[in-house]
Amino acid sequence: MIALTGVSRVFGARAVVSNVSLKVEAGTILTIVGTSGSGKTTLLRMINRLVEPSAGTVRIAGRDIRDVPPHILRRGIGYAIQGHGLFPHRTVAENIAVVPRLLGWDRRRIAARVDALLALFHLDPGAYRDRFPAALSGGEQQRIGVARALAAEPPVLLMDEPFGALDPIIRGQAQADLLAIQRRTGTTVVLVTHDMDEALHLGDRIAVMDRGRLVQEAAPAALIGAPATDFVRALLGRGDRAFQLMALSVVDDLVEPGPAPGEPIPAGTSVRAALAESLWSQRPALPVSRDGVLLGRVTRTALEAQGARP
Amino acid sequence: MSRATRLAKLALLALLSAFLLTPQSFADLFRPFAPGDTPPIYTQTPLLTLTINQLLLVAAATVAASALAVGFAVAATRPAGRDILPFARALANLGQTFPPVAVLALAVPIFGFGSVPTLIALVLYGLLPVFETTLTGLSGLDPALMEAARGMGLTERQRLIQVELPLALPMILSGIRLTAVIGLATATIGSTVAASTLGEVIISGLLTGNTAYVLQGGLVVSALAILIDTAFHALERAATQRSGFGS
Repeated sequence: MIALTGVSRVFGARAVVSNVSLKVEAGTILTIVGTSGSGKTTLLRMINRLVEPSAGTVRIAGRDIRDVPPHILRRGIGYAIQGHGLFPHRTVAENIAVVPRLLGWDRRRIAARVDALLALFHLDPGAYRDRFPAALSGGEQQRIGVARALAAEPPVLLMDEPFGALDPIIRGQAQADLLAIQRRTGTTVVLVTHDMDEALHLGDRIAVMDRGRLVQEAAPAALIGAPATDFVRALLGRGDRAFQLMALSVVDDLVEPGPAPGEPIPAGTSVRAALAESLWSQRPALPVSRDGVLLGRVTRTALEAQGARP
Repeated sequence: MSRATRLAKLALLALLSAFLLTPQSFADLFRPFAPGDTPPIYTQTPLLTLTINQLLLVAAATVAASALAVGFAVAATRPAGRDILPFARALANLGQTFPPVAVLALAVPIFGFGSVPTLIALVLYGLLPVFETTLTGLSGLDPALMEAARGMGLTERQRLIQVELPLALPMILSGIRLTAVIGLATATIGSTVAASTLGEVIISGLLTGNTAYVLQGGLVVSALAILIDTAFHALERAATQRSGFGS
């Protein structure tokens, strides 16, 4: 869907991005992770031509993006940034409607889209439509920022540290919302973050940038199991790789028939959370239920096995 | 604005209107300042006519100066216009520091007596406040906001008209307010070259030693300045709220 081939960007004498080649499959999430100054944001901004590559090509759906005028290209690509960038002089509805208006949608279609997006982000359209951004909380502003990026149903969504300014609780909710919406819409997402946990949690694939170079591109489990360089290992950090791995999978596939004592855990719980519950309540096996229906049990042994090096 | 000051401003407006419509009913008030038997109220030209002429002159100059200055500031903040910034700033500064009287003296031989030299002097004098505030307003915008606008596919012109100018509007209005108020006071000197303004009343008073005339001209101009300032402040407040920064 998105293919970068030998992409470089030089500012003056400094190579900010050197020779990066990368593919993002349609309908997947790629997270780009790295420290500040690693070139991850510049790499992202070359996909919508906010920065022009010094060398190399970027193709979206097989088409070289240099063949499209920048402002036309950008209207077809969602873009969400840290600090949301909402227009303070426009209402929530007007902010969300920016790109549809540029594309010439008719009024009724825009109004319907705005209401649908607000509902998608758990905001009551009647209560939020006509508010100004200054009258919203940080979390609400951020949600409107993402809603605006998705307004014209773009096949590609670029996100630059979109959740960086949120507190941990709202941040977790925002990440869950993004995953749910991405699954529903099948949007191809490229998301830049400096937080490895966020990258592991959100990405189908993870690209690690270090001083302008792409040092590893892999699925989360593979990255944890075999970090390519010391830098990647340092980003993973803390030596609790087993738990990072367990956070990636859910208990559903480990359910076996049989009884277990105590309160059931819901299906969809991460292996890591289930193991923690098992240790905390001193139960060697936990019952698992979905919507109140008992599915079976999951044993601590099965949970522990998920932490083994892949 | 508190209730008391609003009432005071309304009273000022009422008083000014009453004086301009029926100056003679205020004759007793000004008699102590008129020497001997001279009439206490200026009657060669109706005060209302002079006031309207002066307001029209100042309005024309303010509109022209604002259009020019906003144009300069917009051009100077475009990526392609960096080079004209020093030139535009020098021109605006020159206009502000060059004494209006000198502009009149230079313009009269070319344009003759009347309103035109005054208009030129006022336009030049009014450039700087609007230019500087517009420049501040346009260059002080949140970079994340401009980045988002660019990333969503707004063209440069769309960014200017839909985002930059509306957000800079409160600042631009404060510059226009300064230009209008300064212009109103300065316009009176235009009567030295036969522009029809309230300066005529003041000059006549100075020439004949009639303090009542000087007071009439001066007071009317002051009252107008206060009222115009108030009106612009109200506009600025509305614009600030409209740009989403209001409380």
